[in-house]
Amino acid sequence: MSEELERLEAALGADVPEPPRETRERAIAAAMSAFDRQQETMTDGGHRSRWAGWAGATFGSLSRGLASPNSNTYLAFAGAAAFALVAVVVVYLLPLSQLLPMDAEFPEASDAAKAGEATQLDAPHVGEARSERTQRESIALPEVVAETPYAPAADAAAVSAPSAAAADAVRATARDMKSIASERGARGSSPREKLPGRAQEAMAYEEIALHAPPADTGVRVHPAAPAAMTLKQAREGPPQRGYRDQGRDQFADFETNPVKIVAEEPVSTFSIDVDTASYGFVRASLNNGLLPQKNAVRVEELINYFPYDYTLPEDRETPFAASVSVLPAPWNAASRLLHIGIRGYAADDPPTRRANLVFLVDTSGSMQAPNKLPLLVNSLKMLLEALAPDDRVAIVTYAGSASVLLEPTRVEEKGRIAAALERLSAGGFTAGGEGIRQAYLLAGQHHLEDGINRVILATDGDFNVGITDPEELTGFIERQRAGGVFLSVLGFGMGNYNDALMQRLAQNGNGNALYIDSLSEARKALVEEARSMLFPIAKDVKIQVEFNPAAVSEYRLIGYETRLLEREDFRNDRVDAGEIGAGHRVTAIYEFTPAGSGAERIAPLRYRRGQATEAGPGDELAFLKIRYKLPDAEESTLMTRPVTAADAVADVAAAPDDVRFASAVAAFGQILRGGRYTGGYGYDDVIALAQGARGEDRFGYRAEFIGLARLAESAAAMPPLQR
Amino acid sequence: MTEPSDDTLVSRAAAGDRRAFAELLERHYDRIYRLGMRLLGDADAAADLAQDVCVGLPGKLVSFRGDSRFTTWLYRVVVNAARDAMRRAATRRRMENHYGEVEAMQRAPDAARQREAIWLRNSLARLSEDLRTTVVLVVGEGLGHAEAGRVLGVAESTVSWRMGEVRKRLRALAVDEETQS
Repeated sequence: MSEELERLEAALGADVPEPPRETRERAIAAAMSAFDRQQETMTDGGHRSRWAGWAGATFGSLSRGLASPNSNTYLAFAGAAAFALVAVVVVYLLPLSQLLPMDAEFPEASDAAKAGEATQLDAPHVGEARSERTQRESIALPEVVAETPYAPAADAAAVSAPSAAAADAVRATARDMKSIASERGARGSSPREKLPGRAQEAMAYEEIALHAPPADTGVRVHPAAPAAMTLKQAREGPPQRGYRDQGRDQFADFETNPVKIVAEEPVSTFSIDVDTASYGFVRASLNNGLLPQKNAVRVEELINYFPYDYTLPEDRETPFAASVSVLPAPWNAASRLLHIGIRGYAADDPPTRRANLVFLVDTSGSMQAPNKLPLLVNSLKMLLEALAPDDRVAIVTYAGSASVLLEPTRVEEKGRIAAALERLSAGGFTAGGEGIRQAYLLAGQHHLEDGINRVILATDGDFNVGITDPEELTGFIERQRAGGVFLSVLGFGMGNYNDALMQRLAQNGNGNALYIDSLSEARKALVEEARSMLFPIAKDVKIQVEFNPAAVSEYRLIGYETRLLEREDFRNDRVDAGEIGAGHRVTAIYEFTPAGSGAERIAPLRYRRGQATEAGPGDELAFLKIRYKLPDAEESTLMTRPVTAADAVADVAAAPDDVRFASAVAAFGQILRGGRYTGGYGYDDVIALAQGARGEDRFGYRAEFIGLARLAESAAAMPPLQR
Repeated sequence: MTEPSDDTLVSRAAAGDRRAFAELLERHYDRIYRLGMRLLGDADAAADLAQDVCVGLPGKLVSFRGDSRFTTWLYRVVVNAARDAMRRAATRRRMENHYGEVEAMQRAPDAARQREAIWLRNSLARLSEDLRTTVVLVVGEGLGHAEAGRVLGVAESTVSWRMGEVRKRLRALAVDEETQS
């Protein structure tokens, strides 16, 4: 035990001062009212108490904002905005007919309107004006709200806020909101005109993110809520009760693949991976101005996000074709890249196999954020468009408990499905069995022998699906897979995203994990690539590359860290691997050092055994083997192809667009992961390389990538921290 | 009559028993506050954190399934809440500069303890969040590596590795300090 640790122990072990009595009592009282609210919610299940709970939390955050000894103008402003938020929501829940006699609801507000020109912008001085004592007392707010759950914002706040200044601010805010509200009530439209600039900004963002979803169900958060949300809030959704989940996305740890010496380990084996969830997450993170955490970056998923025009298979007998290129590594002139591109044949239109899909949808509280459930509803609507009238869809919801929202229904009954989706957005929940079993049960009821049977899990990472033990859960999914029901996972939102488990589930369910952060992403995943996701053309696809020691001295596989297989697993048909869907493209890239180039990263051994290996044919660099099973087959088929000097180009620029673009993405992913092997190659170089390789880029994915690389240059790493 | 166990209280509270919930809070508030204090190093922040955690408990209790000890589960809730709080605080701090630090020094009761507190804070601040949280749980709260692992959702061996890492880094910091002074 080191001295330092002892010192640390002494310092940490020193008695933490007792919590002040009133702090303790206040917290307990607040928790008790939260408890009561919760009971109320459980008993009447209505929206009233839910919103009251939310309002309570919002009041709480306001009072804390004001009460913090470090309180500053920004916080006070945010607090004022939070008040506005509550006021608008309360108003919005009322039927239109009740909007006009608003003065009855806000008695203080009209006084304040006469009293002066206090506006939101005046709010900051409130924080300065008050003593810490009174600030602390104002924390009592949540209780008041809880006892009068439906009380108008101004009243509740004025009663408990002892300071006149605070009451003024509240009145002023309420007045502002009232004027917006009555304006809206009177005209019934154009909610924007009276909003402060910040709110407009928020609304604009909202529109971009969600294309302004319909406002027909009054309980929905938008469009009323964003009116007063800050930009950040609009992005992350309404504040949850208590504290908000933030930055707790879970990713499995993995190390970047190391360099291997061909003489020692000539064979590399891995399972293909058609997931793209990592790209979605990286993009969402960069768009927020933060570098993604290292483990969130799976380079192969970044590369595989993009459609590439690889050669199609010549006939139907082989489900996919592999093309190979060798080019100098853009980030290291001395080494080469071996680029392997695989493309599955595209299924015919209309699809010949029918689909039996069960959506298992997380409707827990955290899914209420606008970038989650509402986005999911819109995504599912899109997916319906991509399905055939004969296909069946069912919806199971879970939020602690599960219920069947929609019994298996044929897609042609669009009305019923749409109605169910609307109920989904309202977020009601009833008791029932266990979500995932329920979903598989439904899938089993209408099992299609020759069709696609699939459960699609949509969640933000709360895997409260009925089976809590991850081992048991993956085991369950594996058994279901054997029964012919596959699983796909759609991830939503940030902050609580359990990527590690999602990946594992999708892998065990012979499915894919996708991360959806915007409508355009939903379109890509669920419409353009729905076929790939739903219709597998080959399963258990494994790749094995054997390098020729006469031509290659060292190699490393870029990405696929979580998909590595043992050499002997390649021929073992019982070892599960990834599946390929119709039209899927899969790319794998190796970086290798040509033998005799002297650019080896690992120095030769002093006591080296003699040339242990017989040199293979001189012009062969490597030998590529792919094993796969047809969807219904039990035995695998082998496909082979030598990689020869004829596949190589002398110059990066001479490689096809697709190959260069994939290389740029590979470099980008590696830099995000710390750039261990990319030397001084930077985002600028990535941008330059990608710019020149955009090709046709019909959907703008590549252009978007270049934008992301620019963002990465300026993004901050997760702030390290602090007190 | 013996005291009802935490698990009993939790299931009663989840079923709507108000008194059981109150009892749980009475029993564990100090623990929550203390861990918050150690993780955040600031009394106000710890008070806010403890309140947030308590207010969130009714909603979270449902998800407690008794597959770990209640305190383990509770530690996990607090650690997660503290992480969130630290991130929020980091964002806020950019605007506040070093106000908080100055203030902390003014409030510290005596010079020696204050020096030690600053040393502690500085050393902890230079550790990554994971290491910091681990060290607080293991050294501060006296959890075993296995239990700390359950709180953090990592393997026991990871906790052991992190503790080794902490030792290494603290040693390096000490060397730095000596060379500087």
